Amino acid sequence: MSEVDVSITIGGDAGQGIESSGAAWGRAVARAGLHLFSLTDYRSRIRGGHNFYQTRASLRPVNSHRDPVQLLLALTEETVKVHLGNVARGGIVVYDEDFRRVDADEIRRAGVVPLPLPLARQAAELGSKVMMNTLMLGVAAGLLHFDVGYLEGVIQDLFRRRSAQVVQNNLAALAQGFRWGRDHSGMWPVRRPAPGGKARMALHGNHAFALGAAAGGCRFIAAYPMTPATPIFEWLVAKGSRLGIVTKHAEDEIAAVCMAIGAAHAGARAMTATSGAGFALMSEALGLAGMVELPLVLVVSQRGGPSTGLPTRTEQADLLFALHASHGEFPRIVLAPGTVEECFEAGWRSFNLAERYQTPVIVLLDQFLSASVKTVEPDDFSLSDVVIDRGLTLTGAELDQLTEPYLRYQDTPSGVSPRAVPGHPKAVYAMTSDEHDEEGHITEELPNRILMMRKRMRKEQTAVADMGEPRLYEGDGEDLTLVCWGSTVGPAREAAQILSAGGIDVNVLHFSDLWPLPVKEVAAALGRCRRTLVVEQNYTGQLARWLRQVTGFTVDAVLHKFDGRPFSPQDISTYARRVLADLAPTAAD
Amino acid sequence: MGDTAVKKVTVKDFASEHRPTWCPGCGDFGILTALKRALADLNIAPHEVMVISGIGCGSKLVDYIHANGFMTIHGRPLAVATGFALANPHMHVVVINGDGDAYGIGGNHFIHTCRRNPNLTHIVQNNQIYALTKGQYSPTSHRGFRTTTSPDGAPEWPILPTELAFAAGAGFIARGYAGAPQQLAELIKAGIRHKGYALIDVLQPCTTFNKVNTYEWYEENSYDVAAEGGYDPADPKAAADKVREWDEKIPLGVLFRRTDRPSYDELVPALAQGPLMHSSSLPLDEATFADLKEEFM
Repeated sequence: MSEVDVSITIGGDAGQGIESSGAAWGRAVARAGLHLFSLTDYRSRIRGGHNFYQTRASLRPVNSHRDPVQLLLALTEETVKVHLGNVARGGIVVYDEDFRRVDADEIRRAGVVPLPLPLARQAAELGSKVMMNTLMLGVAAGLLHFDVGYLEGVIQDLFRRRSAQVVQNNLAALAQGFRWGRDHSGMWPVRRPAPGGKARMALHGNHAFALGAAAGGCRFIAAYPMTPATPIFEWLVAKGSRLGIVTKHAEDEIAAVCMAIGAAHAGARAMTATSGAGFALMSEALGLAGMVELPLVLVVSQRGGPSTGLPTRTEQADLLFALHASHGEFPRIVLAPGTVEECFEAGWRSFNLAERYQTPVIVLLDQFLSASVKTVEPDDFSLSDVVIDRGLTLTGAELDQLTEPYLRYQDTPSGVSPRAVPGHPKAVYAMTSDEHDEEGHITEELPNRILMMRKRMRKEQTAVADMGEPRLYEGDGEDLTLVCWGSTVGPAREAAQILSAGGIDVNVLHFSDLWPLPVKEVAAALGRCRRTLVVEQNYTGQLARWLRQVTGFTVDAVLHKFDGRPFSPQDISTYARRVLADLAPTAAD
Repeated sequence: MGDTAVKKVTVKDFASEHRPTWCPGCGDFGILTALKRALADLNIAPHEVMVISGIGCGSKLVDYIHANGFMTIHGRPLAVATGFALANPHMHVVVINGDGDAYGIGGNHFIHTCRRNPNLTHIVQNNQIYALTKGQYSPTSHRGFRTTTSPDGAPEWPILPTELAFAAGAGFIARGYAGAPQQLAELIKAGIRHKGYALIDVLQPCTTFNKVNTYEWYEENSYDVAAEGGYDPADPKAAADKVREWDEKIPLGVLFRRTDRPSYDELVPALAQGPLMHSSSLPLDEATFADLKEEFM
């Protein structure tokens, strides 16, 4: 077993503190200078139902979880049943010795070491059953010879606002668990993941996006709570007073997006954030922004659909919806960052694109990216990287100089018109969602309609220059290229590494900008691939279909996953091997 | 009101070169006249006001007045206006839309705007019908009103906007009449002066599609609350009854006004620094950014 890569699953019922203890372990790992990737799995309920939190600590940067895990901390009997199959041979299961239905022999037959401990009894003695998870964390640290000091610091921070007694009780639980862990650490050949240096940030895609948006001048968000996007909103609300951001929890998603549009018209960098169903409600307003040429940033964090679907689970089934939502035709930009770092960049870049092209920018995330916590070098999020570019927004001085009557929708070669934010006496104008002339007045005249349609759509062509080509990672792809978009890049890159270790040359072609696209360059990039396997989390193969629509290129195979759980690297590498076995040799072979 | 004592705004400043496409005799002409009069009297210049409408005959008013305007989508002007007002609290914001836009498809936003109390003035062009789509019944049509979508007579009981606004917590409730633009101008002025959400429901005839609620009908069936003497719109108990009057005679004027609740923008600390247009151009400072990152460590 490797000393550089340890995965732990902590599982139990909702309400048992799975999320907070998993997050605490992750925070400790990050402070210890290790790289972290955490996966969270929970149900659409407040109490009960199985939840788990899977953390991976590594000396190398990681962008995915990894199955199987080395250590299972089971707060319920159900946890053992659900996860035993995902514990590596030689791994350990820690559980309460009073769990009658856990069969130690069954665990041993799986090649795993059972470690029953008097957890519930000890927790009760220390003050409360809820401290079972703190005991568990201590056990994990002891087994791994992981310096318990990091956990002590995290526990102290976590309970800072509670009483001194609560802090003491938890530290005592941690210490007891650590002792047990140390006592049993001999049963396990795994050595501790040696701390690798300075502390890192640990955060998920939602928070990275919100931080990027705040850094990029976002000063207005109206939203309606919807899993898994809500933390973006809540973070900006919490920071609102401090950062001067106006936040509004609206009565519904239609109000939210309309408020953002109103604020954008007043010159604020404005956004909203939701998931698929909320975005569906926003469809009409999306067209309003496109028609009146207002900048708008609209984050959609995808979850299992359709309809209410799987509220707490991940999917990538809204790509084609985002690309086509709303009636009629108008320019839009669609981004799909794939990592926490790309989320930070999208946070500020999306506003620049929205204001440069005066049109809606849709940022697609998904539950996996939104909620998985990963370590990031603090210096990787730097204000010196952040650009605030307001495009052709006219300044007060420029408006003062106006000599001609102001035309809000002046036809220009780029399609983008100089934009006056209302309030200046020289730029009094009306906007309308009806077709309109260069002044902004309603007109149905034919020549004007053609002029305006071309003007608006021309903006998409102009925007191509600002859009990125798909990026290649890992090998040379002599055997296979994994083609993916959004968050799948993490597991796909790791799958490529697994396959490379097995002598198969695989690379990854990752799309994080989905529209507009430099079509020739994209077609060329696809054309250079020997064999292509699209890997995406939906039933109908939306990226595969989109690539064919835009470039005419047909991929060789598609791996679909639509069970609400994220791809593991093994899901992809196993399937890739099958595909390679099935596909006929290419002319180049 | 207005930003300098020197300028004097006149009604002519709001004249638009675009001729209204309204039918002859439409009540919207009176409403447009009243709005221009109110703004001029308050010395609010065209660049200092934002008129936000929905979709409908009346919502086209934005095209017929020289002022900042935004014709949005059906039912949503209150939401757009709220966002606008929260990003620029210095601009006077007037929302104008019809009874279907405001009380039907826009009903949810109407209820929440009443309790949210943003600083904006809401003029509803209430002709008790959907005119632009050629004559279907609306949430304020009388029960039994026959239209193409209610051939056996409108089956529901109408809502009474003044009553609904009162129940939802609105702090300024008035009713005007398009056939009396002078009085309506006074109501609009009072609404703009009111700090918070001001509703002015305006009775108006649709001369093309509503043959029941005509100018004559409105004049026969309405009365001025100020004329009766002794009506105090600040008295919530009296107002609770006044806002429910309709079947016998329809009260016109300011029906309810309270000044003891803050307008929504007063509750938003981030607005203390002024319009968000400027702060949106500014990056964070390094110390603040470092602090924000530190919270993740």
